[in-house]
Amino acid sequence: MPFIIISIVKAALVAFVLLTTLAYLQWIERKVLAHIQLRVGPYRVGPHGLLQPLADVIKLITKEGVLPPHVNKFFYLFAPFLAVALALVSISVIPFGTKLEIPALGFSTPMELTDVNIGILVILAISAVGVYGVALGGWASNNKYSLLGGLRSAAQMISYELPMSLAIVSPLLLANTLSMRELVDAQAGFYFGFIPKWHVFQLFPLQGAAFLIFIIAAFAETNRVPFDLPEAENELVAGFHTEYSSMAFAGFFMAEYCNMVTISAVATHLFLGGWHPPFPAPYSDYLAPLLFFLSAGALFFHSLQTLKTRTWDKYTFPAFGVIFGGIGLLLLGAIVLAPWLREAIMPLFWFAAKAGAILFVFIWIRGTLPRFRYDQLMKFTWLFLFPVALVQLMLTGLMVALGN
Amino acid sequence: MDAILFFVFAVIAVLCAVNLVVQTHPISSALSLVGVMGALAVLYLLLGAEFMAAAQIIVYAGAIMVLFIFVIMLLNAGAEQRVSRSQFAKVFGVPALVGFLGVVSFLIQTLLPGTKEVVFGSFQGGSAQAVGRKLFTEYLLPFEVTSLLILIAILGAVVLARKEI
Repeated sequence: MPFIIISIVKAALVAFVLLTTLAYLQWIERKVLAHIQLRVGPYRVGPHGLLQPLADVIKLITKEGVLPPHVNKFFYLFAPFLAVALALVSISVIPFGTKLEIPALGFSTPMELTDVNIGILVILAISAVGVYGVALGGWASNNKYSLLGGLRSAAQMISYELPMSLAIVSPLLLANTLSMRELVDAQAGFYFGFIPKWHVFQLFPLQGAAFLIFIIAAFAETNRVPFDLPEAENELVAGFHTEYSSMAFAGFFMAEYCNMVTISAVATHLFLGGWHPPFPAPYSDYLAPLLFFLSAGALFFHSLQTLKTRTWDKYTFPAFGVIFGGIGLLLLGAIVLAPWLREAIMPLFWFAAKAGAILFVFIWIRGTLPRFRYDQLMKFTWLFLFPVALVQLMLTGLMVALGN
Repeated sequence: MDAILFFVFAVIAVLCAVNLVVQTHPISSALSLVGVMGALAVLYLLLGAEFMAAAQIIVYAGAIMVLFIFVIMLLNAGAEQRVSRSQFAKVFGVPALVGFLGVVSFLIQTLLPGTKEVVFGSFQGGSAQAVGRKLFTEYLLPFEVTSLLILIAILGAVVLARKEI
């Protein structure tokens, strides 16, 4: 019975954190894109536009859900539900850290929902089935732009599934397991005491290539720029979600961002060592509060410089400086005073930092690269990415076999 | 618990299979087939064949059925037109089906008497390692023959597609 209660609490916690992350990921994306294009981005709702996600959620919930008369009603309503349900399910097999242990209460639980020993296959299966949401949505809308978007999405996801699977296999060969937790554990330790044994650094340059292939395929799998052909707005209006409004549209939107989060977490676990720090433990533990102190200092410095020129929104930056400094102090206190808290927090911090860095790359690329043409997209994967992934996998297999 | 899950997903599989035949629109039928495959994957999982379950979803539901649906969408196949059915099937269809199922279940009962009772969770050889070991030692020849067959099919598809250009 305690197992069920703990699982329910964990599921509720993970769902809450994940949904908040999705909402704010979208805010961060708009801000980063705006700054890349020398704009300020969302600024009006709340201090520095921080309440914008809340306003968006309220807007999407209260908007009228239009059900066009020409659609296939069942599949039209089923498609966004399917997309968002599948996207949310896949987070359940991803571990977030080692384990939470409270010695005073004799309480211990792993920091994940489940650890299945086919974890990575579950992720692949869910992402393979995930294409139905987009394809069906496009077809059920009974609109030529939507249909083209759905078809493109189906073709693109099948094509990029191949190089992605091949890129996934090589870290599996090195770690000799399919479980996410064992996969991360296999990457512990350092070469010469300072180069981390992450898969991306192993068998140089094979695993680096596998990581790049995986990231490129991940962009296509999540329908992100430069592979966002299914919703290319200058040729297909809005692609597969042209006919959708209100919460049905929000379903597709959430599914896209949730897939981004999942795939970043998977990339972190497969190639970037999961929650293992980039430096040996005594130094890396202090790096985390140091990072927070540095950002607090930068915020204070920046706000001091602009205090005179700003006429409004004067106090957001100093306030966040105080918050970041406080988090840094808390982290430092946890590291020094409570070893059990450090055991729980530091893996979580490094996992979140790495996954966040990959998410930032997603946004960065969106602000930088133009969209591919459809034939270029197909030619790229079948004539370049797939053969390269195959050669990479064969060489990795050879090296692993020689190593044994 | 296992038995409840088994019956729930067995019923889902059968209902989806019936729906596959009853539906007139090809997309609905294809999606019912996806439902059958998903339910079957859960049954595999209950029996301890976890790798089979994942492979079932990835290969059948994720790749093959997506291609089916892709083709249906591309050809824009409409709903099937029902022509007048035979009177004979209307009257004798259901009794004949029940009789046929009865005969089949009777034959299975009598011809396979020594079947052991299935216990959920007792099967241990379903992990990826176990399947891989079997595949590359005991069943190497069928495995290689199958891959050759698939290679021939791919080459055939390429040859057929080339003629069109």
